[in-house]
Amino acid sequence: MSSPFQQRRQFFNTLKEQRQKPTRLPKPSDPVAFAACANCGFEIPAQKLADCLQVCPNCGHHHPLTAPSRLGMLFDQGSARLISSKKRFISDPLKFEGYAEKLAMLQHKTNLNDAVISAVGKVNGYKAVISVMDSRFMMGSMGCAVGEAITQAIEYAHKNRLPLIIFCASGGARMQEGAVSLMQMAKTSAAIKKFSDAGGLYITVLTHPTTGGVSASFAMLGDITLAEPKALIGFAGPRVIQQTIGETLPDGFQRAEYLQEHGFVDEVVPRDQLKHKLTQLLTLHTIKGGLEKC
Amino acid sequence: MLKELEQRIEQLQSKLEQSQPKTEVEKLEYKQLYRDLQELKTAYHPHTAADKVYLARHPMRPNINDYIDALFTDFFECKGDRLCKDDRSIVGGIAMFHGMPVTVIGHKKGRTLQENLVCNFGMPEPEGYRKALRLMKQAEKFGRPIITLIDTPGAYPGKEAEEHGQAEAIARNLAEMSTLTVPIVSIVTGEGSSGGALALGVADAVLMLEHSIYAVLSPEGFASILWKDSSRWDDAAQQMKLTAQDLMQLGLIDGIIPEPFGGAHNHPDALFETVDVSLYSHLKKLCKMRPSTLTASRYQKFRNMGNLLQEESL
Repeated sequence: MSSPFQQRRQFFNTLKEQRQKPTRLPKPSDPVAFAACANCGFEIPAQKLADCLQVCPNCGHHHPLTAPSRLGMLFDQGSARLISSKKRFISDPLKFEGYAEKLAMLQHKTNLNDAVISAVGKVNGYKAVISVMDSRFMMGSMGCAVGEAITQAIEYAHKNRLPLIIFCASGGARMQEGAVSLMQMAKTSAAIKKFSDAGGLYITVLTHPTTGGVSASFAMLGDITLAEPKALIGFAGPRVIQQTIGETLPDGFQRAEYLQEHGFVDEVVPRDQLKHKLTQLLTLHTIKGGLEKC
Repeated sequence: MLKELEQRIEQLQSKLEQSQPKTEVEKLEYKQLYRDLQELKTAYHPHTAADKVYLARHPMRPNINDYIDALFTDFFECKGDRLCKDDRSIVGGIAMFHGMPVTVIGHKKGRTLQENLVCNFGMPEPEGYRKALRLMKQAEKFGRPIITLIDTPGAYPGKEAEEHGQAEAIARNLAEMSTLTVPIVSIVTGEGSSGGALALGVADAVLMLEHSIYAVLSPEGFASILWKDSSRWDDAAQQMKLTAQDLMQLGLIDGIIPEPFGGAHNHPDALFETVDVSLYSHLKKLCKMRPSTLTASRYQKFRNMGNLLQEESL
């Protein structure tokens, strides 16, 4: 039998080992041989499309990016560490028919816990917390797992005094969780407010689509709001609006450029310039001090 | 279904009012009809979630003006968001409640079509939420408790509403309400649907009337999105867990205010009395708390929502 001191040492050694393990972000799925652009139909090797960050080289259409590849694109190599919980759980407050099975199936298929992952790491040397929503997981809708994960990321950034960047992609609140998912809007917004009052920098990047309960909570509360080109951003969906008012909507309605025009987005940033733009913003907010002597 | 029952009650009632029994036989008939009517009236009680949806949206259900008249004195209505317009679907102002000045804000639903055209069927645009926020900030400045009355089918899905930042307005309200240093009591009086309802509902005490509903979207919307068939709304209502009792069980609200038999519109005066008592006791308790404890416990309350559920399933 080893002494309590040895046991203790062993325990710390395992902790140390774990800490030194290289970052293990989930790997993107294997590329298919050829992919066609969803907008212009341009055919391109899937690998090349992935190299272009899923942006069509022909028409510039931004295809959805999975959360792991988004994190991979932003963080400096090997600097990232996941902070979202690794435990898989199924939360089904309403015991909604078929919902638990669907969650389990999606967890298996996407290798994600739910529609968001968060990581801490360095963006061109600047440490930051980044949360990314994944639209493959039930349209990135927000139930209690997503609400909780976002809130935890906010609290992590708050506690460690780090800037927070959230990439939104969501159809809204998750209907299958009823009013519980509605309350996640209050929960995440309150957490953002607390973080913001403490002086934290919060940048949101609105990607396609950001609508419903997510747009009406943390997505719209950024100190800086960026958006990807042509992303659909709004509270109600365009179909519902069209049915309600009974007239056709103008071209580009609720698109990122339209929102910028109406004063709700600071800048529409193409995907290949995102990292550069974020670095610029992080620099502007990190360096403190008075005027340099001339 | 409550709707059919209501029609039958109305028919019987008008028949009774018109008939003038003279002979013995007629008098007997009249008595029978009267008994039938009483029987129907005792049966007029919501049993299913769909019944509750019907009652929550009942056109004769008391609206914000009725509550203001019954519960408060010296109401002064404040209008406009100080940015561009006054949204009539949200009514707000300062009033006296048992000798204490309070700020009252709530969605306004009309009774007639004309009224509803003015207040847009209780569906606010961003300007409405910004007005509400302005009044709440003012309440905080003067240390007045805030009482919000929630009754809306949701935020208005219109072109201008989107252009003027519906999502931003709602999000801003959620965030700002979470740190207001004065007590906030919210009462869901009718239907509370989507973020449009929650934007007035980040409160220290969230109460619901016995037959009111609170949900992430309307049961019709739910059915049409999930099953592509909005006529299955009663089915959806059942599954969505949107009644006051369901929400209490899920731990999302703090109390239920009982309604008179057959719903609020049957005996509004009895309802106002219970609402008054409930509101008084909650405000009394909250007014004793220090502002910092108040905001901290409000934050913690919403922070824990949906969190316990995860621990259970771990």
